[in-house]
Amino acid sequence: MFSFCADPSTLERLPWLACYLTTGVHMAFYGSFVKVLLLLAVTAPMALGFGFAGAMAARASFFVVRWIGKTYIALVRGVPDIAFFLFFVIALDQAIEFVRHKALCRDWDMPIRQGNDFVVCQAAKMPLGNSPQWVHESYGFSLAVVTFAIVFGAFAANVLFGAMRAVPRAQLETAEAYGMSRRQIFWRVLVPQMWVYALPGLSNLWMVLIKATPLLFLLGVEDIVYWARELGGTKTSRFTDYPHGDWRMWYFFVLLVFYLCFTRVSEIALDRLMKRLTRGQATTGGEAQRKAM
Amino acid sequence: MKKILLASAALALTAGLAMADGHGKTIRMGTEGAYPPYNFINDAGEVDGFERELGDELCKRAELTCEWVKNDWDSIIPNLVSGNYDTIMAGMSITDERDEVIDFTQNYYPPTASAYVAAAEGVDLSGGIVAAQTSTIQAGHVAESGATLVEFATPEETVAAVRNGEADAVFADKDYLVPIVEESAGELMFVGDDVPLGGGIGLGLRESDADLKEKFDTAITAMKEDGSLNTMLKKWFGEETKTY
Repeated sequence: MFSFCADPSTLERLPWLACYLTTGVHMAFYGSFVKVLLLLAVTAPMALGFGFAGAMAARASFFVVRWIGKTYIALVRGVPDIAFFLFFVIALDQAIEFVRHKALCRDWDMPIRQGNDFVVCQAAKMPLGNSPQWVHESYGFSLAVVTFAIVFGAFAANVLFGAMRAVPRAQLETAEAYGMSRRQIFWRVLVPQMWVYALPGLSNLWMVLIKATPLLFLLGVEDIVYWARELGGTKTSRFTDYPHGDWRMWYFFVLLVFYLCFTRVSEIALDRLMKRLTRGQATTGGEAQRKAM
Repeated sequence: MKKILLASAALALTAGLAMADGHGKTIRMGTEGAYPPYNFINDAGEVDGFERELGDELCKRAELTCEWVKNDWDSIIPNLVSGNYDTIMAGMSITDERDEVIDFTQNYYPPTASAYVAAAEGVDLSGGIVAAQTSTIQAGHVAESGATLVEFATPEETVAAVRNGEADAVFADKDYLVPIVEESAGELMFVGDDVPLGGGIGLGLRESDADLKEKFDTAITAMKEDGSLNTMLKKWFGEETKTY
């Protein structure tokens, strides 16, 4: 990075550190912070979408839809996260390749399952075997996002399902008395009012999601925890210009600070959101706000 | 309009197919990147080490396009058989258990000596606590030796366990331990005798990939015959290392 970094073994402490912290591996480490933030930014709305759909399905009047919604919530909430992450991602990946294989390679005569091996034709590979590494990484990242969204969507669905039931019955009956249709009642009365009941549960989920990002490493995405462990490990002078002892403690300390700051910022933002949502609601919080005005 | 769309879609699709076959296949080489000198991540963030250099040379000789992929050790075999990459070059010893699940080329590194490292002389290697990396031949050996085995996901953690007193000794490939002991300023030392384990290190492949295995086998044989493999071994493991 800097011109004086040519021979690190001769450097003083401070310039050495400056050189050390700007090596290629460290750049990858900093990049992984962006990766984690990006994952959260994409996953949170997607999980909320899954949750909303799940909650809507679970309270549908048609029994098949209701059954699907309830099964989704019960099944995903019941399976341990780690089992789900290890099994589901490989299964999802193989399912995609299986479908592509059936569509693209009709004249393929070998079995797909050969003993332990899962073999599909080259054109069905996802991504293609000769795609550049970044395509493979983005694909792995998308699989991670989808898996996270499904898992956290199930929890969000349960929260939203409860929140929808918590909206005072009188509000809905009033809407009925005005002659609104079921759809109108749902979108105009129920949904705007349920958020205030859902937010405490959803904010919990958000906090858990922030701390669940190390699971990314199980999915082969090199996140901040992977790099902290890799960079903090003892390095001998034969394999690097910057040998050092076991520095994992310091790297994990940086992660600790990062996670704490991040949760603090989230708390403040969620508090503000709660205040905004409470305004004008038929809850004790809303009532208190009205009186304080 | 619809016809034009369809035609162009079909064209795009066939072009995609032609690309997939025409350029030949890129061989994706899976490795752990945490086991110097076999494989590690260098300062620039790339895979480096004996296996990187050897793998690149083998690919050149076999006229293959290769690309390196990092994967966690624990899931390195499942991801190979499910097709996420095509080979494993990660200091993986050839054992019967692994051979049942995947295939190996002939070894490109002679049967390894494993060694114990401890923080003090005279630790009890057959009754004490010994650290080893999960699902390695060393872990299997410790379990049979009567010592209490503590397993860790990465080799780095096994050494750290000895440094902080969690384990009495660590059992690993000697080549991995030598630079660590040399630079520990007397804190760590070899104890007990070296133990020869496994059938050497080979390149792991899917059992259905017979063609690829053949290609790599030929390249390894050629490198053994013209001595270039020995030169590489000496470069990475020192003059006294075992050669072919």
